Amino acid sequence: MPIGSSRGVRLLDNDYFDFEQPIIELEKRIEELSKFTSGKKIDIQEEIKRLETKIKRLKKEIYTNLTPWQRVKIARHPKRPGIMDYISRIFTNFIELHGDRTFSDDRAIVAGLAEFDSNSVVIIGHQKGKDAKENIACNFGMPHPEGYRKALRVMNLAEKFGKPILTFIDTPGAYPGIAAEERGQGEAIARNLLRLSRLKVPIIAILIGEGGSGGALAIGVGDKIIMLENAIYSVISPEGCAAILWKSNEKVEESANNLSLTAKDLLELEIIDDIIPEPLGGAHRDYDGMAQRLKKGIQTHLEEIRNVPIDELISNRYKKYRRMGRYIEE
Amino acid sequence: MVWFKKTRYATITPKDRKDVPSGLWIKCEACNELLYKREWKRNLKVCPKCNYHYKMTARERIDSILDEGSFVKSDFTLKPIDFLKFKDTKTYEERLIEAQKKTELFDAVVTGEGKLLGHPVVLGVMDFAFMGGSMGSVVGEEITRAIEMAIEKRYPLIIISSSGGARMQEGVISLMQMAKTSQAVARLNEEGLLYISVLTNPTTGGVTASFAFLGDIIIAEAHALIGFAGPRVIEQTIRQKLPNGFQRAEFMLEHGLIDMVVNRIELRKRIGEILNFFAK
Repeated sequence: MPIGSSRGVRLLDNDYFDFEQPIIELEKRIEELSKFTSGKKIDIQEEIKRLETKIKRLKKEIYTNLTPWQRVKIARHPKRPGIMDYISRIFTNFIELHGDRTFSDDRAIVAGLAEFDSNSVVIIGHQKGKDAKENIACNFGMPHPEGYRKALRVMNLAEKFGKPILTFIDTPGAYPGIAAEERGQGEAIARNLLRLSRLKVPIIAILIGEGGSGGALAIGVGDKIIMLENAIYSVISPEGCAAILWKSNEKVEESANNLSLTAKDLLELEIIDDIIPEPLGGAHRDYDGMAQRLKKGIQTHLEEIRNVPIDELISNRYKKYRRMGRYIEE
Repeated sequence: MVWFKKTRYATITPKDRKDVPSGLWIKCEACNELLYKREWKRNLKVCPKCNYHYKMTARERIDSILDEGSFVKSDFTLKPIDFLKFKDTKTYEERLIEAQKKTELFDAVVTGEGKLLGHPVVLGVMDFAFMGGSMGSVVGEEITRAIEMAIEKRYPLIIISSSGGARMQEGVISLMQMAKTSQAVARLNEEGLLYISVLTNPTTGGVTASFAFLGDIIIAEAHALIGFAGPRVIEQTIRQKLPNGFQRAEFMLEHGLIDMVVNRIELRKRIGEILNFFAK
């Protein structure tokens, strides 16, 4: 199988979070009860049913009241579906394109051509990888400048042929390393912001997991910005912010609370246009269900912008970002 | 200085700043040489012995770069607000008040128009002393308006950056200032206007990754620290010490990322030469 693809997941014990423990305990009890009774003539269907209703209620209670830090954990879940999981479920005839034509092929960025319903679209996104080997190949989804330049090359290609662009954002951030600095990480990101803002095709940016600062924004400027319910988008990681402002690694929760990084916060701040609800417990609990919901979301938003005259689209895009900012004017 | 009387921020007499010791003499932070303060100031806060460039306030910068008395500050006043009610060890509001007292500015940027060796220009200058020159809504909006003013007046644009990056206390809104300023530069490009970006010590993070690296001509002041990620973040990530001179202006030049490294004392003249070329 190519990097990043996966046929859905089986969650193991350590794939659960501490705040999910009450659910896990009930689920285990049901399992034990069913095992105990299988083959025997004891009917405990009543009891199981009771427990199941209890779980349902508990899940709803827990998952609808997640704290920002809990959402950060879900957004970073090692089994959270990544770009390749959505490509295989939502698109057909994916053709991956490689390289920035200058330096190398950065696997932290995936780019390619695909069919969506009956439209042909161009896809660009971050890729973290699914296991240790893939994580290393993809640098945990942290691109170098050549990754952003690969994205830029493919954006230009999309514009040349008038194909809409869909971007999938899922990165801790642009890689902070020696080589990345030597090759102009800042310039690479800045160039993409400039280019995306004027690109003559419809652009939808989708935050599927972690939206880590400039490294996320570099493929995140568009006409529609949509976000999965448990995805996060932040100017700095809660850890980074805690280290700088609190000078303490223990203040990550407080830091996450302050940064306004959840989908709900960002919809209120008018940074994003829509939230795609996740299956109960998070996208990693149900890959197909998540993909279905996302597909519907993309359909709706693409329909809204697909036929807007291009000058109007770009002028609206300019206004969208022009409005962002809160200050007092005298 | 005519512009000095025009605006509120400039009417207050400068007080002693933390990084400027009082007295007639100062000791160079870099080489420990004893410097006569007046001479050091005349030398634009550059150590005559080791060429160490001290940070300048926005006001000092404007004086050092523009023709005397030509600066006219933008006619709007923008003030930051703590709209997220951000609180770490202090509230953002408290930090803003402190920074405003310290710098006598409302935020980390001053914009306006003026003349440089006779050329009319739009100028934006960042001030690192205001919360590390961080970019929040006000910086993003002012820079954007400066770019739009350059488009409207058809003047060359000069932005002198000095920033630690996006301002955390305004969350993702700060991040979006990168997109906002960059798209304005894209429009400036479509209009065929000149943008000279000057990077001073230090320019990192979100400012590096947006308007600062989108100049037609990118100039860095000697030995300025310039990069996307700060050196501490890189050291923590790769768990090794960084080589000497890493991310300095000279390093950036060697790696093909900027056009030239200029000593502060030459900066005005060099920009003037570039403006001359494009004015023809």
